[in-house]
Amino acid sequence: MARELRRRTPEELLLEAQAEETSARTGRLKIFLGYASGVGKSFRMFDEARRRRERGEDVVVAAVQPVMSGEVVELLKNLAVIPLRTAGEETAIDLNAVIARHPGVCVIDGLAYDNPAGCRNPTRWQDVDEMLRAGISVITSINIQYVAEMRQLIESVTGKRVTPTVPMSFIQSADEIEIVDAPPEEPIERSPEQQMNAVKREQRLSRLRELALVLAADVVDHQLTEYLRCHGIQQHFSTNERILVCITPRANVHEMIETGRSIAEKFHGELIGAYVHQPHISAADQAALDQKLTMARSAGASIEILHGEDPVDAILHFARARGITQLFIGHSQRDGLWSRLLGNPVDKFIHRSRGMDVRIFPQ
Amino acid sequence: MADQRTGKLKIFMGYAAGVGKTYQMLEEAQELRAQGVDVVVGYFEPHGRKDTIARSEGLEFVPRKKVDYRGSCFEEMDTDAILARHPAVCVVDEFPHTNVPGSERLKRWEDVQRLLDAGIDVLATMNIQHLESLNDQVWQITGIRVRETVPDWVVQQADQVVMVDVTPRALLNRLERGVVYGREKAERALQNFFRESTLVALREMALRQTAHEVEHRSLAEPADAWAGHGAGGHPGTHHRILVLVTADPETAMLIRRAKRVGDFLDAECFAVTVQASGNLNGLPESAREAIERHLNFARNLHIETRILVGDEVAMALVDFARRNQITQIFLARPRQRDWRSLYGRDLIQRIVGLARDMQVVIVSEREPVAGVTG
Repeated sequence: MARELRRRTPEELLLEAQAEETSARTGRLKIFLGYASGVGKSFRMFDEARRRRERGEDVVVAAVQPVMSGEVVELLKNLAVIPLRTAGEETAIDLNAVIARHPGVCVIDGLAYDNPAGCRNPTRWQDVDEMLRAGISVITSINIQYVAEMRQLIESVTGKRVTPTVPMSFIQSADEIEIVDAPPEEPIERSPEQQMNAVKREQRLSRLRELALVLAADVVDHQLTEYLRCHGIQQHFSTNERILVCITPRANVHEMIETGRSIAEKFHGELIGAYVHQPHISAADQAALDQKLTMARSAGASIEILHGEDPVDAILHFARARGITQLFIGHSQRDGLWSRLLGNPVDKFIHRSRGMDVRIFPQ
Repeated sequence: MADQRTGKLKIFMGYAAGVGKTYQMLEEAQELRAQGVDVVVGYFEPHGRKDTIARSEGLEFVPRKKVDYRGSCFEEMDTDAILARHPAVCVVDEFPHTNVPGSERLKRWEDVQRLLDAGIDVLATMNIQHLESLNDQVWQITGIRVRETVPDWVVQQADQVVMVDVTPRALLNRLERGVVYGREKAERALQNFFRESTLVALREMALRQTAHEVEHRSLAEPADAWAGHGAGGHPGTHHRILVLVTADPETAMLIRRAKRVGDFLDAECFAVTVQASGNLNGLPESAREAIERHLNFARNLHIETRILVGDEVAMALVDFARRNQITQIFLARPRQRDWRSLYGRDLIQRIVGLARDMQVVIVSEREPVAGVTG
């Protein structure tokens, strides 16, 4: 196996140190992600609990939903349960009891809850974190609505305000994530008005479903990057579209960024703008450049300033390191600064861009 | 085409054998049966998996058809028998399967089209690696050229696509316990499709594709509330894509990629070849065959094709592009070993130089990640 092994860069060492910190958690976290209640997350999770128990694991249930389906009630009959503590109308996991009991696996149906006042942790996901650090593995469930970073988007879709949330970083720290996917029930035809509402509801659910699938894909992508990094593999799998727009003072950045944004959006991919630092640049060029960088930023591109003797080298080196799949260049570069330095950069880019597409834009 | 059809297609999408597609499909079939729906199993591949076989109990099976080929007997789905039986719903495992030569239709998905046309609803299973437009990425990830592919438009026509998900770790556990394959086959499987990194990558692709299918469907519906929503596109940026077809082997990859980008951007796609005579007759046998094959391939992916008349490729191509409001021209990147021959490079430079009002995309072949082929 001809995998490229090499020395780690300082950034990578830093990332590894951070990863080791998360691995101070000795319990494993598995999350079942859904896009709405009623898609069957609880059943899937408790069914896994049953299978684990049958394989001899020490499984304890520490949280159930207030309303359960008959199938779930049936599964729970054969599982040990530590009941929730109640404070008025609010409930919380009996964290001390779980830690004291110290099961191999703890099952928590519903991760996004705020704890009542007086609990050690303000939120349930922090309770889970504590269990993981104590060496207890956790399997738990969450709906996309309750991921903090999704809140704004979800609210724009559902029109409802979401209160208890779980940070994305916690979701991403899961050792395993599994999506429970099922299309929304088809609307049953009734009056035209009811029908219209049903269609709208279905569209809302479809949008949530799409978001959940993309979130799961992003978490998986994160795991893939980690996996490749840990194994010292420098290459990327182009599982996701990553677009790099080369920004120069004279390039038609507007069209490049617009196209990049639209492709990135459709593919749920990433958009990056890069500029190779040039030492002797005129004031006019500098102003044009600043304006273009601002435009790219406001379109949602992340910006990288690269350094290097040879701009083409600098761009391609960065592109490979980041797993870029599409490189956007302007062919105004032919008449500009770069061509004076390099001859024909378009030809050079194409020649050396193995494994990625090059999109050449008119001036 | 979709309008005349009355049968509905639901695809259970997975990323590897053993994720539970067939199980979930049979479970749905059982639920339908319990509701009194007339459901039959048209084709089921048990792979000797106990749980899955148990889920099929009590369902009506339409016996498979025996097909003789070179002295061996193969079993295929009996489409005619299913049509005669005419159930409300038919269960069809392994949607991308290629039928044995001598069968009426080449592919099982074509058999399914027949069932749908006859008004029969179909539940079917497939893995992401069989989607045509991902063929090159799958090759890059796995080092394997998947031959049994389903054109994207077939999947797009499905009424629903559902992701059947399981984590790679759980899948590898199943594999090691011998649930998915027998011992020997499992070891072989672990060598390629079942490396953990491969599974993670394929899973990500399946999730993204399913998300795309969901988005595609919700946008296709009457969507007053969603008009102008982020994913809805921007008025005035309607794209039209032109692909240059040549005899070079990378043309297939180019067509797939252009079509995939086109589908995501909602762009129309055209594929053309430029010939001085306006036809392929004067070409050497091998070149003619290759170009015909590529044009056919494009048509099978629902791309309109044309043979342009012209002595000079770049000029004829750009001229056609301009007359047809093309916004993007897709060309294959010359192979590394052909780089010294100036023709390919020169052609690109000529086209870029002439098409100053369009975007030109140079598509590069994806090569397997180091280690995956070892």
